[in-house]
Amino acid sequence: MFDTFTAETLARMQFAFTVSFHIIFPAFSIGLASYLAVLNGLWLRTRDETYLTLFTYWKKIFAVAFGMGVVSGIVMSYQFGTNWSVFSDRTGPILGPLMAYEVLSAFFLEAGFLGIMLFGRERVGEKLHMFATAMVAFGTLMSATWILSVNSWMQTPAGYGINELGQFVPEDWWQIVFNPSFPYRLVHMVLAAYLTTALVVGGVGGLHLLRNRTDGPARRMFSMAMWMLVVVAPLQILAGDQHGLNTLEHQPAKVMAMEGHYESHPHGAPLILFGIPNAAERRIDYAIEIPNLSSLILKHSWNAPLDGLDTIPDDEEPPVAIVFWSFRVMVGLGFAMLGLGAWSLWRRLRGRLYEDRWLHRSAIAMGPMGFVAVLAGWITTEVGRQPFTVYGLLRTSDSLAPVAAPAVAASLLAFIIVYFFIFGAGTFYLLRMMNKPPATPHLGLKDGPIRTAGITPVAQTNPDGLPGE
Amino acid sequence: MFELSFIWAGIIAFAILTYVILDGFDLGIGILFPFAAGEREKATMMNSIAPIWDGNETWLVMGGGGLFAVFPLAYAIIMPALYMPIILMLLALIFRGVAFEYRWRTKRWKPVWDLAFFGGSLVAAFMQGIALGALVQGIEVAERAYAGGWWDWLSGFSILTGCAVVVGYALLGATWLVLKTEGSLQSQMQVYATRLAAATLGFIGLISILTPFQDPVYFQRWFNLPGSLLSVLMPGAVLAAAWALFRGLKAGKDAQPFLAALSLFILCFIGIGISFYPNIAPPGLTIAEAAAPDESLRFALVGTVILVPMILGYTAYAYWVFRGKIDPEEGYH
Repeated sequence: MFDTFTAETLARMQFAFTVSFHIIFPAFSIGLASYLAVLNGLWLRTRDETYLTLFTYWKKIFAVAFGMGVVSGIVMSYQFGTNWSVFSDRTGPILGPLMAYEVLSAFFLEAGFLGIMLFGRERVGEKLHMFATAMVAFGTLMSATWILSVNSWMQTPAGYGINELGQFVPEDWWQIVFNPSFPYRLVHMVLAAYLTTALVVGGVGGLHLLRNRTDGPARRMFSMAMWMLVVVAPLQILAGDQHGLNTLEHQPAKVMAMEGHYESHPHGAPLILFGIPNAAERRIDYAIEIPNLSSLILKHSWNAPLDGLDTIPDDEEPPVAIVFWSFRVMVGLGFAMLGLGAWSLWRRLRGRLYEDRWLHRSAIAMGPMGFVAVLAGWITTEVGRQPFTVYGLLRTSDSLAPVAAPAVAASLLAFIIVYFFIFGAGTFYLLRMMNKPPATPHLGLKDGPIRTAGITPVAQTNPDGLPGE
Repeated sequence: MFELSFIWAGIIAFAILTYVILDGFDLGIGILFPFAAGEREKATMMNSIAPIWDGNETWLVMGGGGLFAVFPLAYAIIMPALYMPIILMLLALIFRGVAFEYRWRTKRWKPVWDLAFFGGSLVAAFMQGIALGALVQGIEVAERAYAGGWWDWLSGFSILTGCAVVVGYALLGATWLVLKTEGSLQSQMQVYATRLAAATLGFIGLISILTPFQDPVYFQRWFNLPGSLLSVLMPGAVLAAAWALFRGLKAGKDAQPFLAALSLFILCFIGIGISFYPNIAPPGLTIAEAAAPDESLRFALVGTVILVPMILGYTAYAYWVFRGKIDPEEGYH
């Protein structure tokens, strides 16, 4: 059984584990940074204290989540070298500069202005503080842009040549950065981040409404989050559909796996709603299907022929079951988000937005679902690219560093232990912070309500007024 | 020689040096953390770097990311060679990085996160020193890949450089606190800085003596003309910086000790550069060999030339915003 744990398998497990953990935090911080910029801007414009209360509340949550994102991200930036050094050598001339641009145009911007955003309102004045908040938000979006360009290039490589050393070398940077799947992927990911954040904010708002805290901040955040769902969930479904068409064009094998089409359908393919992929028999067991719908969605024509995995060489076939399931989880959650948004809109029009307890309960239940959907979507696209790291050109098995299995196993184990400890504690603190209702900030005093100047000696301070543990 | 790869070697060296002197002092504060007299001192120490540490650490990503971008072969060889020290450094940086926020979020677990801050800083600094020592010793390469063993990085010399970096970072941290604090914490750090400065100088001397014997190339470079001129100049400059450091501490100056300690680091860095050139991973891999194609170097250079001055600008602004002595009561937590 130990034969299955080769250095390659372990390195893949390590990458999957660390990147899955990591992606949760950017998905949240991209949306939250924009939300903070909006709140700060609305406060400056309207002077409605509710916005400042919410800004202060979510700022602290952002700081914790951002910290976890930073530390898990540094791991990612070094893992290319430690476990995937052949990949690094081959793709470095193309992917390296893109990642360098991410560092230069995004990471430094976020890190440089984060301190001012968190600690600096009194020191720099409101306008510069607003500028710093906007720069942090802009930095998170720049980061998404560059890293999705990198990822998209690995999915749909363009603008490259291959030199005598086997390295991918740049020929046209415009084509490399704006490779065929990049715009779709970027829009899909940024919308996903906004939805994820809206669901968290909506869940927290719902929680405090449910506890009969019907004051301004709880209502305001619930309302803003529900508006976000109403607008973004339909957009996301549209963007997802377009992204799917693009994937069909450039990575047909991935779509075949997502749809569960083991066989070709010359006269129109059915949409398989559910079923159990049977890899040995190469079919979907217990399939519930709607005839011809897959052709309609993917080709916009009822009887359009659709190729199946039988047209793909076996050694280029992605793992069907994982992709099939993760895709259904993502799409199902997308429609659940749409439903929650529609429900909230209906209750809002009836003037019952803050009274419908089942709506609040559903918002709480949906609170973490954005993360699940992001992970499922990420699994769909990354596992669907297998067995390649650079689609069709560089195999995963040819990308590995000359590492020994025990070294990868030891570091994988260390990552698992450390991540569960560190991020478990972080999630606990985040949930506890969200569990407390937003408190009105002490206007005119220091930004943070705690440890206000000269009142309480630090040694006796109970940070955040935590309940005595 | 003004080839693109050499310009880039200069930029990467600058990024690594910037990382070392910026994250150096804030890692140093983590190393000194357990020696704080009480909670108030701990809070002051942490608040002195809370708004800037994240930016400091980004230079580490810039160093690694830059290497990947413009010297992919060096990146692909050095990372597996230093597999374990790098993984341990990353794990340590995780513990240390989250401590900045977690520490304020709990009472019962505060000692745990204080320990994470100290241990993370200590291990990260030690591993960086180990990595440096392992690089100086040389990396075995065959056919565009690391060809050495899994424990090659561990040696008496690399342990020595590991300890040297820990002590040196602690010196930077102590002089930073001399600059940023007042009263009892400042006088405590003045005493610490004096001792740490003596220890750092000891390490610099020891490592300088041992380095030429790690590789005959180093030996020739330092002890044949024109290199031997440097062998006279460099120790002289180090002694001048040391004199400024001790004088500044004795005279109770705020900024001078920190600046003098930084000069010590810069001088050591130049010394390592003299030993390495024109290699990027001694003994065999040169800057030119490891470089990406010119097209990649040019594309990345355009953005770097525009963005790095901007980064330095707003980083300096952030430091300016949080200038002056630390008010222990301040913070947003």
